[in-house]
Amino acid sequence: MQLARVIGEVVSSMKDVNLVGTLLVLQPLAASGAPVGRTLVALDSVGAGVGEHVFFVRGREAAYPFYPAEPPVDAAVIGIVDHWDVE
Amino acid sequence: MQICRVVGTVVSTKKNSKLEGAKLLLVQPMTLDGAPRGVTLMAIDAVGAGVGERVLVVIEGKAAGDALGRKAAAVDAAIVGIVDTVDYRDDA
Repeated sequence: MQLARVIGEVVSSMKDVNLVGTLLVLQPLAASGAPVGRTLVALDSVGAGVGEHVFFVRGREAAYPFYPAEPPVDAAVIGIVDHWDVE
Repeated sequence: MQICRVVGTVVSTKKNSKLEGAKLLLVQPMTLDGAPRGVTLMAIDAVGAGVGERVLVVIEGKAAGDALGRKAAAVDAAIVGIVDTVDYRDDA
């Protein structure tokens, strides 16, 4: 998983029938909170919105939160971050 | 698996139900000589690791779900061991 900030939403009208829900644009973050790496699009499973800090999962497991639906996704937001501490 | 150092903790109240009660840690992958390598990841803790410890992390969904002990959990990284020592030879 990785920390990220939600920086946008994608609207898509013509898409896979199983691709239901909000598509969020994420900027992955380093532990310092600094942006790191490329932005990506992830399907939301927790009701996150723009500006929030979240964490997301990559890979086949990204479809699990939507069971029994099997959306064709490779990234999903699975939690909203209250806070994180780095020592 | 990757050798990482635990660098922080994450608190999340609203999360996927399969992650209820799971400990979420920030881990920094390291080279064998201890230098940070690549970006910090989040991993589920399956062994009781703490901040500052060197740990063994699986970065693959099936293995991470097995470590958590929950079927079809949406996780892709888990701490599966605390490293006591690493012995290696550059010329091996």
